[in-house]
Amino acid sequence: MDTFQETVFKLKRYWAERGAIIQEPYDVEVGAGTMCPETFLRVLGPKPYRVAYVQPSRRPADGRYGENPNRLYKHQQLQVILKPTPDDVIEQYLGSLEAIGIDLAKHDLKLEEDNWEAPTLGAWGVGWQVMLDGLEITQFTYFQQCGGIDLELVPAEITYGLERLSAFLQGVESVYDIVWAPGFKYSDVRFNDELQFSVYNFEMATVDRLWRLLAEYEAECQELLAKFPKYPEKHRFPVLAAYEQVLKCSHLFNLLDARGAISVTERVGVIKRVRDLAVGTAKLWAEQQEAAA
Amino acid sequence: MSLEFLLEIGTEEIPHWMIPGALAQLQKLALFGGDISVDATPRRLVVRASGIPERTPDREQVIKGPPLASGEKAAEGFAKKQGADASALRQAGNYYELVKRIPGRAVRDMLAESLPGAVLGLQWPKTMYWTGGKNGPRFTRPIRWIVALLADEVIPFEIAGVKSGNVTRGHRKLGSSAIPVTIASYESELRKNHVILAAHERRHKIETEAAKLGAKIDRDLLETLTFITEYPAAIRGDFDPAYLELPAEVLTTVMRHHQKYFSVEASPAEAGATSLAPHFVAVMNTAGDPDGLVKKGNERVLRARFNDARFFWDVDQQKKLIDRGDNLANVTFQAKLGSYKAKTDRVVALVGELGGNTHAQRAALLAKCDLTTEMVKEFTDLQGIVGGLYAKFQGEPEPVWRAIYEHYKPLSMEDSIPETAEGQIVALADKLDTLRGCFEVGLAPTGSKDPFALRRAAQGVVKILVEAKLDFLLDHLATGELRAFLEERVQHYFREVQGFKYDEVNAVLAPGISELWDVEARLTALAAIRPTEDFEALAAACKRIRNILKQANFEGGGAIDEALLEAGPERELADRLAEFVMANETDYSNRLMAISGFRPAVDKFFDKILVNAPDARVRTNRLTLLHKLYTEFSTIADFSEIVTAGEQKS
Repeated sequence: MDTFQETVFKLKRYWAERGAIIQEPYDVEVGAGTMCPETFLRVLGPKPYRVAYVQPSRRPADGRYGENPNRLYKHQQLQVILKPTPDDVIEQYLGSLEAIGIDLAKHDLKLEEDNWEAPTLGAWGVGWQVMLDGLEITQFTYFQQCGGIDLELVPAEITYGLERLSAFLQGVESVYDIVWAPGFKYSDVRFNDELQFSVYNFEMATVDRLWRLLAEYEAECQELLAKFPKYPEKHRFPVLAAYEQVLKCSHLFNLLDARGAISVTERVGVIKRVRDLAVGTAKLWAEQQEAAA
Repeated sequence: MSLEFLLEIGTEEIPHWMIPGALAQLQKLALFGGDISVDATPRRLVVRASGIPERTPDREQVIKGPPLASGEKAAEGFAKKQGADASALRQAGNYYELVKRIPGRAVRDMLAESLPGAVLGLQWPKTMYWTGGKNGPRFTRPIRWIVALLADEVIPFEIAGVKSGNVTRGHRKLGSSAIPVTIASYESELRKNHVILAAHERRHKIETEAAKLGAKIDRDLLETLTFITEYPAAIRGDFDPAYLELPAEVLTTVMRHHQKYFSVEASPAEAGATSLAPHFVAVMNTAGDPDGLVKKGNERVLRARFNDARFFWDVDQQKKLIDRGDNLANVTFQAKLGSYKAKTDRVVALVGELGGNTHAQRAALLAKCDLTTEMVKEFTDLQGIVGGLYAKFQGEPEPVWRAIYEHYKPLSMEDSIPETAEGQIVALADKLDTLRGCFEVGLAPTGSKDPFALRRAAQGVVKILVEAKLDFLLDHLATGELRAFLEERVQHYFREVQGFKYDEVNAVLAPGISELWDVEARLTALAAIRPTEDFEALAAACKRIRNILKQANFEGGGAIDEALLEAGPERELADRLAEFVMANETDYSNRLMAISGFRPAVDKFFDKILVNAPDARVRTNRLTLLHKLYTEFSTIADFSEIVTAGEQKS
């Protein structure tokens, strides 16, 4: 039986052998691997790209103080982007399951329609949730639009839920019982994280300050976006830094939401604020790439 | 020679609910008169046909040339231009003409040209592109292979970079990924490779196997499973009977909606508080589960789901429904219409106006409180049901919790209305409030757009009014645009749900809409008498009367002057009418029978009596008679709206 980390190694190796760059996690809080620039920005434009990386993904509202066996404030996704999509992408994906020790001839695999949409990113795609013996182990999406921009080369995004997959492989009921490394369980590595951030997110995060921070990051991003048109040497322009402000805003929005600080009426407005930044940044990135081409 | 044809569009997994619609379109594929049959699995759309000609027949085309008068030179010029010899021309009237022979074409070539467009022309509820950018081909999911054969020869073409051939693919794991086929071997090769092509066969296999394992067969789920599997097989799994403490509605929703399992009902002997047995039936897309891994996996997933449900139940009980009312202020009903708290206040008031008792008003007060519960946030389909169950658990009286439980009903045209009087009133008020509110702020549905499901709400209002026999007039419930919208739904309901003919519905509604249960009674009586001999003739006569009155611009009002009646048919008709009025029959069937009995008298009247009499007083008197007759006849239905057999022919 493979440990959690061994499964991760195998998946990374598998995709590395198929031409993917193995990236490290992005070091700003994100709600999903999709939000990392390695996905959000790289899928734009005409350049082929293949990348795989583990991304710890934070969803403050899903925190359960480490008490729920299946719900986590922060879970680990293995994100794979194949741009353009190879014709045998599903066969390749199934191969990755075999590579981590799942004998598909002995299991029940179904691809069930599940389309994906991220309003804060101006992004959507069509695809499936991959069901293995009734368990959703992967989200598979053909991106169609990102940052409000129609994609030229349609990428396939494969997102493995690593905790679920490992719990399945190891036959444990709770993610906290997953063996992460020999002698160490998931709970040894991550329990404090779950407990303390649940306390912070739900009970102690200072609402006024979070709102102010959101406004500050938003202003920083807006100022950057406004400077781009007159900036002489486009390739030097820090679009990537602007995008980081977007991620900060998105995370603050999630925090405020978990804190119960966003009323329903405000909600739509805040989502729009974040989307405007995301769409604006994506547009600059595309322009910058074009200018460089 | 007549040929056989096979087209298989190999795709990645198509959403199950889109497949029947695609097959209906493929059934109409233009195949030169061939006899078409279609079938599909999630990974292939298949068209087979027989009786296709090898070539289209040669045909002749007549091309008109110059007038004879323009001379032979002109004729030669014309022939040359058409690529023919002048000797081939013939004379027709004053002109030359050329009979040109257009040779037929090989059907294979024509299909090679037409099929790509036909395939990509299929209409889908949602499409994607996957190659060639956003101007590239669009389909529901990527096309990965194509088999296209006419008499076992490949029809060559290309769609989205995929070339047609004679090689299919089997089941993703149990079959080969490259199987050469002929038309004759196609289906059996697929079977060998663990693909059951025929949907009816997969459906039957699932149904038989699942039933054998004790499953309660749910037709919608059966359809779904038929189209998400290529080789279905059912297995039974178990769960801890301790979960049976949770309401059966919750367990079933988890099994059916979230896991696509059939539930298993307890046999009457074991049935205790619940009707469920601690088992489920899952349908795999594979041949078997020899090591029990699939069973174990599914059981594990279900356990986690049930644990979640139990957790939600426990958490939700920490705050009673009645204490959640204020939280509804934070749940938006609709941006322009405010929160669910505001909606609740309106509905409570409306229930009162509609005469709802204190139980109904209490139910209206609590009806939306479950929207703030964890259970409903997770299992949105259970809104209302969860509220009802919680209310019961929290000691609300039965009429209250039942009304909450069923106040979203009817969910569709097929769904039943709430059973209790309280449930009916709350359901009616809830839907009516949604309709009134949305119409007031300009959110009436337009065309196919109906984001707030107002048609369904209106349909629910109509269904409840009819089937619960509620004494409300449409005019009292709605005005203006909404009133018209509801009337349209009334027509729809009686035509589509109850199956009355459109002219019958028009006839009954023409005198004005009464209580809807009364409309139903009239329609039933009308439809029953319609096939009788005298009825249609009488309807035709009514139409004649209406036209006469209209032409004369006669509005009625006066009394019949007995002295002016002519002996014979006119007096007989007047006497008969007087008798009829006197009898004042109120039973619709009897009354219609009596009206129908007027036929000979009416016929005789028109036969012998000139309405348009020279004496103006006599004329007015006759119009008055006809007007009274028409008015008396029209109390149940306006027969002039009935489309008679004679009219249908013309």
